[in-house]
Amino acid sequence: MATVAATPALRTARLRAGWLLGGVVAALAAALAGLVVGPVAISPLDVLRELAGLDTGLAATQANIIHEIRLPRVVLGLLVGATLAASGASYQGVFRNPLADPYLLGAAAGAGLGVTLVIVATAGGGPTPVAAPVAAFAGALVAVALTYVLGAAGSGRASTSSLILAGVAVASFLTAVQTYVQQRNLDTVRQVYSWILGRLTTAGWHEVRLLLPYALVTFVVLLSQRRTLDVLAVGDDEATTLGLDARRSRLLVVVAASLGTAAAVSVSGLIAFVGIIVPHTVRLLAGSSHRVVLPLSMLFGGAFLVLADLLARTIASPAEIPIGVITSFFGAPFFVLVLRTARRGVTT
Amino acid sequence: MIRASGVTVHLGDVRVLDGVGVDVADGEWLSIVGPNGAGKTTLLRWLAGLVPGDGDLHIGGRPSASLRRRERARLVALVPQAPVIPEGMTVADYVLLGRTPHIRPLGVEGPHDLAAVHDALSHLELVDMADRLVGTLSGGERQRVLIARALAQGSPVVLLDEPTTALDVGHQQQVLELVDTLREVHGLSVISTMHDLTLAGQYADRLVLLDGGRVVVEGAADGVLTEDNLARYYGAKVRIIHDGGQPVILPFRERRKVVEP
Repeated sequence: MATVAATPALRTARLRAGWLLGGVVAALAAALAGLVVGPVAISPLDVLRELAGLDTGLAATQANIIHEIRLPRVVLGLLVGATLAASGASYQGVFRNPLADPYLLGAAAGAGLGVTLVIVATAGGGPTPVAAPVAAFAGALVAVALTYVLGAAGSGRASTSSLILAGVAVASFLTAVQTYVQQRNLDTVRQVYSWILGRLTTAGWHEVRLLLPYALVTFVVLLSQRRTLDVLAVGDDEATTLGLDARRSRLLVVVAASLGTAAAVSVSGLIAFVGIIVPHTVRLLAGSSHRVVLPLSMLFGGAFLVLADLLARTIASPAEIPIGVITSFFGAPFFVLVLRTARRGVTT
Repeated sequence: MIRASGVTVHLGDVRVLDGVGVDVADGEWLSIVGPNGAGKTTLLRWLAGLVPGDGDLHIGGRPSASLRRRERARLVALVPQAPVIPEGMTVADYVLLGRTPHIRPLGVEGPHDLAAVHDALSHLELVDMADRLVGTLSGGERQRVLIARALAQGSPVVLLDEPTTALDVGHQQQVLELVDTLREVHGLSVISTMHDLTLAGQYADRLVLLDGGRVVVEGAADGVLTEDNLARYYGAKVRIIHDGGQPVILPFRERRKVVEP
């Protein structure tokens, strides 16, 4: 607040403290809910005391459930949700297309193929192989590169619409290859299938450790480009006359977002809609500058995914519904609702 | 302030500009005129560094090849004819984009940048509109916002691509008067492409008439905007009326004779 003292009348896009606080509270509340709810009842107070290292009188099994089962799952949910939402917001900014998300450009499909190959090669089962994020990243980058080359083939420069058309084609092609590989290896088809539908089921600290470095790199790079993304919103030509290397910034953001997507996909499977719903909701409620959208998408994306996971494991308990089904089932109607509300807000 | 010579640009197989030269002094307003397809916009885009081509360009006495992208943006600002207006962006944030070449790549704007934005907004009487969305503005308001962005950029050279297209005659005058005032107050060098020849003659110090990618006539409005030139290069039937020394272009029509059967 103090920095705008020189020009008190001027309000520019910045992350307001209220929204930041709201995002942090949402993420913490979702995390607490994720720790409390489950087949074994543990009170919120006991959970908090246990996490704080205080004496709780909880049985050893209960403490174990918190530390080894629920906590890693909640942390992973926060990381995956934050990564997917931030990547979606960045893709939408870079391609100036509201429908852009990790699934466009074939990034997720490429990552999916990479992970499928790793599961098939290691004969599935057990924790996520360490090679999975690397294979997923390679797959995602190959997919994005392919999309870019195909999108640029006609005109020599990739326009937004030709990129998206190319992305649809690349995603379909890679999904076909992935399905073929999956069906040719019937011994691992179950593992591949349950992974595709998205799962935090087998999440442990191993998965958290696997994702964390990739997620951090993605967060740092994307957050560092938040103002650049706002400049790119006026298109390459104008951004260039404003002194920006549009092509390089675009490439940096795409690589970072693809890295995050690939790492998230490799530990959690294909979880749709997070990269679209969360950034759009944030944009409609808190403002469209990436300085607002990126950090809030991370916080609310994490909260959203933890809550979706909570539903996935309680709604048909003791069975678990794949989390991808939950995000799609609630995501689509919720999105329509938000869109309608916002429209009404604008016209009045 | 800005001097270009031998500008040759190919778009595909077509030679759009063929050895064009322009030279604009500090505080001077040059208008580029010419029929459709003459290469006006391409010349402006080449000067802005947006299309590749051959030619020699000096900006502020420095060869353009020695300028980094950000340095160049601090010297030359472009007001595009068809700007991309980002959804949900306020006037203040849009004008702040003009400060991009002054803000460190990973940094955020400082009080100095906000002051420059505020200055630009007050010069163009936009302070009251600072919180409105650019997408909701009228054509005249939007053009003022674009000029405010260029002003906030602080560049001594401003390129205007058809600044009055899509504006009614009142707003055309208002926008051009504003540009002229800013030129005087800030000593800006202005290069504009113009369709309206009368307005071009009234506001610019000098005109360059392009045809087929070459400069065919150059000089003060009086010498460029003649009935002969407009007939030859535009294929236009016009009368030139002189109003206090300013040429006014009046298109006329020869009534077809109705032939009795």
